[in-house]
Amino acid sequence: MSAISQEAPQRQRPAWVWTAAVIAAVMLWWAIYRQLPALSEWLVSLLPVARDSHAGSALAFFFYDVPKVMMLLTLIVFAMGVVRSFFSPEKTRALLSGRREGLANAMAAGLGVLTPFCSCSAVPLFIGFVSAGIPLGVTFSFLIAAPMVNEVALVLLIGLVGWQVAAVYLGFGLLIAIVAGWVIGRLHLEGWLQDWVREIHAGDAMAPEDEGLSLPDRYRQGIEAVREIFAKVWLWIILGIGMGALIHGYVPEDLMVRIMGAEAWWSVPAAVLMGIPMYTNAAGVIPIVEALLGKGAALGTVLAFMMSVIALSLPEMIILRQVLKLRLIAVFITVVACGILAVGFLFNTLF
Amino acid sequence: MKDVKVYGPGCKRCETTEAMVRDAAQKLGIEVQIEKVTDMASIAKAGVLSTPGISIDGKLVHAGGLPDATKLETWLQN
Repeated sequence: MSAISQEAPQRQRPAWVWTAAVIAAVMLWWAIYRQLPALSEWLVSLLPVARDSHAGSALAFFFYDVPKVMMLLTLIVFAMGVVRSFFSPEKTRALLSGRREGLANAMAAGLGVLTPFCSCSAVPLFIGFVSAGIPLGVTFSFLIAAPMVNEVALVLLIGLVGWQVAAVYLGFGLLIAIVAGWVIGRLHLEGWLQDWVREIHAGDAMAPEDEGLSLPDRYRQGIEAVREIFAKVWLWIILGIGMGALIHGYVPEDLMVRIMGAEAWWSVPAAVLMGIPMYTNAAGVIPIVEALLGKGAALGTVLAFMMSVIALSLPEMIILRQVLKLRLIAVFITVVACGILAVGFLFNTLF
Repeated sequence: MKDVKVYGPGCKRCETTEAMVRDAAQKLGIEVQIEKVTDMASIAKAGVLSTPGISIDGKLVHAGGLPDATKLETWLQN
């Protein structure tokens, strides 16, 4: 509580000071980022292990990846925080209401990425959307894209696997959200909402007072986003990268190729099934993903695993259970899982 | 006496928001009655799309994320 009251008397600095500070910080960021490989080698050389031993290789991986991921996370989450200050669920609802399916599914998926969203408000958001006349399928496109294509997942993919894989993930994540939402819309399952949801008429969402946001306010929201994400994921990242480092250093290559390689066709459905009950945020799963890829697991299998873990999470299903009948949740899981399967197989065939 | 409602299913940020409202009211010497609304149907009916939301005397002033402390005081004073 004291932290809150300390912040209250905000000193108002002009916008250009903020912008200059942000630019300076980004430049400093870049300078440090470029020195990271040298820094990690130096750290490992201080330790009493041989660089080319299992332990040395695992440690080098750990000391390089932890700061790299933390730095990437800071930059991208800050940028997303600033961008998201231009969006809100209320605006998104206004943009989507009264639109026809098809194009609206694509818009909803895109807005799902850009609109600030927390799964704890999934239910009011769902009701607010549906009762504003947004078609059910379009609402689902939003709800699928929002968790699946998140900035933490993208950061970790860029940092640990490469931007190409991150771009592919972004593209196919959006595609699954669009197509799955469209399919659910075609099925006309409005009757499978909980009864009380159909009867409710949500109040008009108020227009948030963001017109008054100045540039410094938006920068502040970016900083706030960084703080919040870090509080949530730092431990996961360290654990995840530690786990990844162990796989990196100790697990033999041919084992992974046999279990998760492209030849084993059943590996994709197995990965999806395994992913559903697993609940960790993107931060915990991706370092493992990278180590798996490095050890010869197939890209499609690994992407399918990751999408399944992030997009089909049990806690979110339990939250949505309040508004959806079980049948509709089952359809939702089936449609999304099929989309993920398709992506997995497609990748294993292509690459 | 102001009638303040804090909308939210009970996540950590909703609790922080409630504490912020209490602090701000105390600081300004305004008497408030704070009610926490956790029922999803009521939250949706009030027009709150993202939690936590705050309404003062029946008027929704905020939704989504922690409120700004300065703005919170302005809302309470009006």
